Amino acid sequence: MSINLIVLVKQVPDTKNITAKAMKDDGTVNRAALPAIFNPEDLNALELALDIKDRYNGNVTVITMGPPRAANILRETLFRGADRCILVTDRAFAGADTLATSYTLAQAIKKIGNYDLILCGRQAIDGDTAQIGPQVAEKIGVNQITYVHKIHEIRNDRVLLSRNLGRIMEKIETGLPLLITVPASANQPRSYGAKLMMRFKRARTRLEVEAENDKDNLPAIAAACESLANRGLLIETWSAADLDADPVDIGLRGSPTKVKKVQSVVFAATETRKVDPTETGIRQLMAELIEERTFG
Amino acid sequence: MANFYSDNPDIKFNLERLDLPALADLLEIDYSESDEFDFAPTDSDDATDNYLRVCELAGEICATKIAPRAQQIDQEGNVCANGEVTYHPLVQENLQDFKQAQLMGISLPREFGGLNMPQVVKAAVLELVSRADAGLMNLVGLQDIAETIVEFGSAEQKEEFVPILASGDGTGAMVLTEPDAGSDLQAVRLKAIPPEDGDDSGTWQLYGVKRFITNGNGDVLLVQARSEEGTSDARGLSLFVCHKDETIRIRRIEEKLGIHGSPTCEMTFNYTPAYLIGRRKFGLIKYIMSLMNGARLGVAAQALGIAEAVYRMAREYAEKRIQFNKPIITFPAVYEMLVKMKVNLEGGRLLVYETAKVVDLFKLAQRQIETAKKTGSEIDPQLRQQAKFNERLAGVLTPFAKYFLSEMCNRTAYDGIQVLGGSGFMKDYDMERYYRDARITSIYEGTSQLQVVGAIGGLFSGTLNPLFEKFNERKFPAQLSDLVQQVKAAILQMNKAIEHIKERKQAELTDLTAKRIVDMGIDIYISTLFLAAASASADKVNSARVWVEESNLRIESNYRSIMDDSFAILDLHKQILAIEQSTSC
Repeated sequence: MSINLIVLVKQVPDTKNITAKAMKDDGTVNRAALPAIFNPEDLNALELALDIKDRYNGNVTVITMGPPRAANILRETLFRGADRCILVTDRAFAGADTLATSYTLAQAIKKIGNYDLILCGRQAIDGDTAQIGPQVAEKIGVNQITYVHKIHEIRNDRVLLSRNLGRIMEKIETGLPLLITVPASANQPRSYGAKLMMRFKRARTRLEVEAENDKDNLPAIAAACESLANRGLLIETWSAADLDADPVDIGLRGSPTKVKKVQSVVFAATETRKVDPTETGIRQLMAELIEERTFG
Repeated sequence: MANFYSDNPDIKFNLERLDLPALADLLEIDYSESDEFDFAPTDSDDATDNYLRVCELAGEICATKIAPRAQQIDQEGNVCANGEVTYHPLVQENLQDFKQAQLMGISLPREFGGLNMPQVVKAAVLELVSRADAGLMNLVGLQDIAETIVEFGSAEQKEEFVPILASGDGTGAMVLTEPDAGSDLQAVRLKAIPPEDGDDSGTWQLYGVKRFITNGNGDVLLVQARSEEGTSDARGLSLFVCHKDETIRIRRIEEKLGIHGSPTCEMTFNYTPAYLIGRRKFGLIKYIMSLMNGARLGVAAQALGIAEAVYRMAREYAEKRIQFNKPIITFPAVYEMLVKMKVNLEGGRLLVYETAKVVDLFKLAQRQIETAKKTGSEIDPQLRQQAKFNERLAGVLTPFAKYFLSEMCNRTAYDGIQVLGGSGFMKDYDMERYYRDARITSIYEGTSQLQVVGAIGGLFSGTLNPLFEKFNERKFPAQLSDLVQQVKAAILQMNKAIEHIKERKQAELTDLTAKRIVDMGIDIYISTLFLAAASASADKVNSARVWVEESNLRIESNYRSIMDDSFAILDLHKQILAIEQSTSC
């Protein structure tokens, strides 16, 4: 049995290495000031997929939506053992919120068509919404299980897995196809394979080939792309047209989310209060929190 | 992300100094393998880029995965039960990480699953591993076993055994030492029983006991055994290869001072099926000597990695630790220790990488000659001469590196604890582990004393003279001229001292003074490397100055002790040690 796996990944600004200029005056992220990295939990999703590939002879397709330079993280997936990569990129995708992004990714998955398991990182470190996985599952109409810790077994289109809910581990059996999201606690992502790295360091998207050649020399670009494709080194690039995407559902137009204001909140503990560890004590605290609109 | 390669520009400096593109041209004949293997390089820039990428990959794994596991492995160790060894779970993870990263066959041919990279790259990777966990180097470094099979084994043996090691599916061991055959490997007794008449399978049987075997539980074993019944010297020994099977039992693993991640086994062979490598009776004199030289370079790289870890910890601590209202690094007594550590470390690295390169040049020239022999084409006499020269040079530089690096590593670890003071003596810091791990480096794969024996012949016969002549003729920048003069004078002193000893014609005196001569040779050779490095890079000028100044004091002292003929130890050792006439030789 060969299992068809799709992993959704994202290139994100490295929010752990923020410099003073990370945010522009208008409150948007100054991406130029932050190094672009592989979203950490997407690496956990990739690791889980590669582990399944190793165990069951599957094949791993990786999709990312992003600007042309997101090809860098796709190469990294090839260095780790991914079989096929797709860069979903188009100016028309710019400004997408989670709704527009999940629509776009869902269109890409539908175009691939043949899949058993879709894996996503739990959430991205730039937006921290954790919405993409669940929204994609809804749009393509498959079951979803979040916080997957371990895949115990896959057999006859059934999968047995554990879900990490913090203090408890939930064991679930369900059918394929399925979408899962994976938290950092699930595994330690593998490093590159030396041979894979040496082979796939040459992998390029068409856009990169264009950038490396004289832009107007179309025959040279076509020849370079063909040569790459023959050696399995051409990273596919899909545009809005390739995905048959409805223009009103993508990019800024397809994004109802509006950022009203961005505030820098500094937490400062001013006082501590003791709450009785009894039913009454906790009830009182809850009531206060609801009244202060901390909850509810 | 933390990375032991990219946080250490000195490694890259050394790699680039060695002209990797030229090495790649020798290693990749016409880059023809790129047709067959999709990861093989297409030109020298491509190959060089690969070498550096592999170092960077290893650096990342060592910093982020291997190093954080080292303390627990050191504390808990491996387990031996029911005749078998079980690696600590974190050792298993370490091996899995190296396997997954495809780094278990760095210098092995691609056709057997390797990366076909130079010894220089392997040395760099071993240094990186050792900075993270010295004990793991023993398992990763055992790639040397596969190299020996590639070099001397039959086509079938290569096919059968090398891929297991190159892929990381299994590990190996070099099974030499016995209870009564340590430094003196000629005394090996383990019996190799030849195939019976009419049995043309070529299967021998091994019977006997081996001790102090690093990773004796490995899957592919190279075994030194006595194939010629009734003999008792080196010429009765042959080399065998076998798989681990149920006829081999691990009696116990040793409780050691350090390198706890590496299981050291006492093992028994009970009629274990094995195959002869190469020719009978050539075991020790040819194959093991070659294997040992590789392993010695590995230990030198291991010592280098440990010393690097020590220096970094000591340097950081000395800056943060405040005593008498000042960071202790501002006190001369402390910064003197740190400066010496750093300069010795840089000098040691120059020596290790240079030696690795000479080994590469020698092996590649030899390979060219072998190929020419097979195809019947004429062998360029210059190539033959070059191969011979580099072989002899490697024969001197390898013991130089093993000896200098392991002793330097021990001194560095000693001072490392000293810089940390009471805290260094506690288990709270990794420093005490470095100190314990360092200790074996000057013992195994030939003690320091045996490295001196290995190097002295080459010095007496003038193997390094062509290099020193080149140094004398070379033009250096004016700012180095005072140092160059000092080194030139030191070369004269060493040659005078050698002549002086030769004239005495007294074997015991020659043996006793060998260490002093070898110390001079190493000090001078590293000085020449330092000055070459300093003329290529301004960053090295300061270290070169300190090195030459410090080493000149040692050279002067060694020179004086020999020229003054004051050998009280030689004259008085019997009385002082109360050695009776009958036990002395």
